[in-house]
Amino acid sequence: MHARNLILAAATAAVTTALVTAASPVWAAGEMVLPSLVYRTGAYAPNGVPFANGVSDYIALVNAKGGINGVKIKLVECETGYKTDVGVECYEKLKGEGATGAAVFNPLSTGITYQLIEKTWVDKVPVHSMGYGRTAAADGRVFKWTFNFPTTYWSQASAVIKYIGDQEGGMGNLKGKKIAHVFHNSPYGKEANPTLEILADKFGYELIMLPVDHPGQEQKATWLQIRRKKPDWVFMSGWGVMNQVAIKEAAAVNYPMDHFIGNWWSSTESDVLPAGDAAKGYKGANFHGAGADWALHGDILATLYGGDKAKAGGKNFGEVLYNRGIVNAVFSTEAIRTAMGKFGDKPLTGEQVRWGLENLDLTAARLKALGLEDFTNPVKVTCEDHETMGPVRIQQWDGGKWVYVSDWIKPMRNVVRPLVERAAAAYAQEKGITPRKCDGSD
Amino acid sequence: MGVLNEFFVLPFLDIAEAPLFFIEVIIGGLSAGVMYSLVALGFVLIFKASGVFNFAQGVLALFAALTLVGIMEWGVPAPVALLLTAAVMVGLAFAVERLVLRPLVNQEHIILFMSTIGLAYFLEGLGDTLWGSNVKKLDIGIPEQSFEIGGVLLNQFELVAAATAGTLVAVLAVFFHYTRVGRALRAVADDHQAALSVGIPLKTIWVIVWSVAGIVALVAGIMWGSKSGVQFSLSLIALKALPVLILGGFTSVPGAIVGGLIIGVGEKIGEVYWGPALGGAIENWFAYVLALMFLVFRPQGLFGEKIIERV
Repeated sequence: MHARNLILAAATAAVTTALVTAASPVWAAGEMVLPSLVYRTGAYAPNGVPFANGVSDYIALVNAKGGINGVKIKLVECETGYKTDVGVECYEKLKGEGATGAAVFNPLSTGITYQLIEKTWVDKVPVHSMGYGRTAAADGRVFKWTFNFPTTYWSQASAVIKYIGDQEGGMGNLKGKKIAHVFHNSPYGKEANPTLEILADKFGYELIMLPVDHPGQEQKATWLQIRRKKPDWVFMSGWGVMNQVAIKEAAAVNYPMDHFIGNWWSSTESDVLPAGDAAKGYKGANFHGAGADWALHGDILATLYGGDKAKAGGKNFGEVLYNRGIVNAVFSTEAIRTAMGKFGDKPLTGEQVRWGLENLDLTAARLKALGLEDFTNPVKVTCEDHETMGPVRIQQWDGGKWVYVSDWIKPMRNVVRPLVERAAAAYAQEKGITPRKCDGSD
Repeated sequence: MGVLNEFFVLPFLDIAEAPLFFIEVIIGGLSAGVMYSLVALGFVLIFKASGVFNFAQGVLALFAALTLVGIMEWGVPAPVALLLTAAVMVGLAFAVERLVLRPLVNQEHIILFMSTIGLAYFLEGLGDTLWGSNVKKLDIGIPEQSFEIGGVLLNQFELVAAATAGTLVAVLAVFFHYTRVGRALRAVADDHQAALSVGIPLKTIWVIVWSVAGIVALVAGIMWGSKSGVQFSLSLIALKALPVLILGGFTSVPGAIVGGLIIGVGEKIGEVYWGPALGGAIENWFAYVLALMFLVFRPQGLFGEKIIERV
């Protein structure tokens, strides 16, 4: 072998060793791993970055205050690019990380969630798809390892219809009205359809379905149909660029913006800012607060950013999706805290954290203690109900910020829960699952 | 019978019932088609001069728009920012020629194509690193209000887009046919070796053609970025150009325009009148079906060059 080749081989070996050493995490004693599936790159990064920043800031704050009962949280991000196959790879890579394995997975994608549901039965790691994923997972008797609290797409759709009914002067006045659903033509976008159809039968409004293909950069045909059919209200289940284009197209066909309501993935700052003044009046559903006026935000600002608002602003501080990241992290950490109440103040396994999720009782008093009074609603998860059917609020863009234009609206449990149970029962039958009795024996 | 009715009767009755709306659909299709053509033009320019399908064309549009917004965010007035961005795109053309194309001279076209895939990923990462991944508002003062003429809705932005595309095509036509450089480009496109033998420098031609494609990408990036905000999904507009290229031909500037208009109008009519019978959201794949239908009769596209190889 020539000397040059020897040198090259030695250099390669040295670099490889260095890379492997750097890539191998070293877990500190008394530390547990919280995986964070993020998408900070790619077409959906404008949505993924603020969410990931909210999660990482909250976990950093928890650690800065000594961790959860003395146990530090090691947040391990894995970039999915919002791609389902990559998300599954991240899951496989991280499920066994740390001394006790991953605590809980937050896939941040309906597609990834669908893929993980069955894997978690085997791996005994819980999945929490907060406000997305498979709605039927709300039935904890069938979906033991999957949680989707505080609310789901079906609950959201029923709350939005309630809001529209209220705006029309009562649910009885919905008869004869036209409501269009403009949705991302994907499993996520279609999730609300069954609920909207049932409610159309119940209240007598005409439902106009308008799917938009990924990515949704061209929607002229959709909005021409809106111009022609003149729906009284438009509800949108969009994602990414689809939202920005829809708002612009709505303005271009002179659709009244205050009758246009996006779901909680279609009403963020990124969705309205590109449209400028045209977005004024646009509404959106949400299950938590927007802005940075909560005590927790003051704490984050002081502890992590030394009070530097500009620096925090660079991390999307107070934006809708940043706040959603905080809510998600709060749910995870409070579930771990709940589990520690039973299993002790030590790093916990995924199975133990699943117990914490299923017994989570996040009260108003606890939210206040966390600095999140009235930021989101109290949550009490049970074995039967992994959703809790939390209320939804409608916010409106005033050109500079989101402002609330409704109180908390409770979903129509009498409509949604039977749908959930029916879908879960069908799933159980298909997969040969015996539903749990939830009497403490399972 | 019901299916036949849905496909062969109802859509036509619908058109007859509301002719003004049908005109709006056609206008909507034309305006969408113009936007597709703007992207397709960049592909055509590079394919015409080098026979390479530039996978990075969509990312070039993204990179140009990101650069423009980034420079404007420094407080630079829009016209100056436009000039600076154009200069960046020319600089990029030099870099591409020197670092990507020159080392691959005489390689198969597929190798050059692969290199443009690498270039696309590199530029996307570079754009993210330099300008961040947030959605950015792009406002260079193009009016966006809609107005009605005779009951037909028109939009100022779409009219500006149409005028821009028309101007761009006219400028490119003059450039290709009446300038020395343009004639050299056509010579290279016709036969690399013959062009080299008469002293046309291939390297310079590549720099010029990538510069022009970069500036076309800037125009496309501005028009699409004004519509949706500047964000990373802008690179996906390339997908909208593919059926246009299939239909119009990969080597024809007028083909990119006519192809864009046919695809735009065809997909809008398909979506509005035949979409409901097929569950909606058909326009993306319908555009490809339309293009493939044309290919059955003209494999080289409407305006593409017919390749005859004698055995």
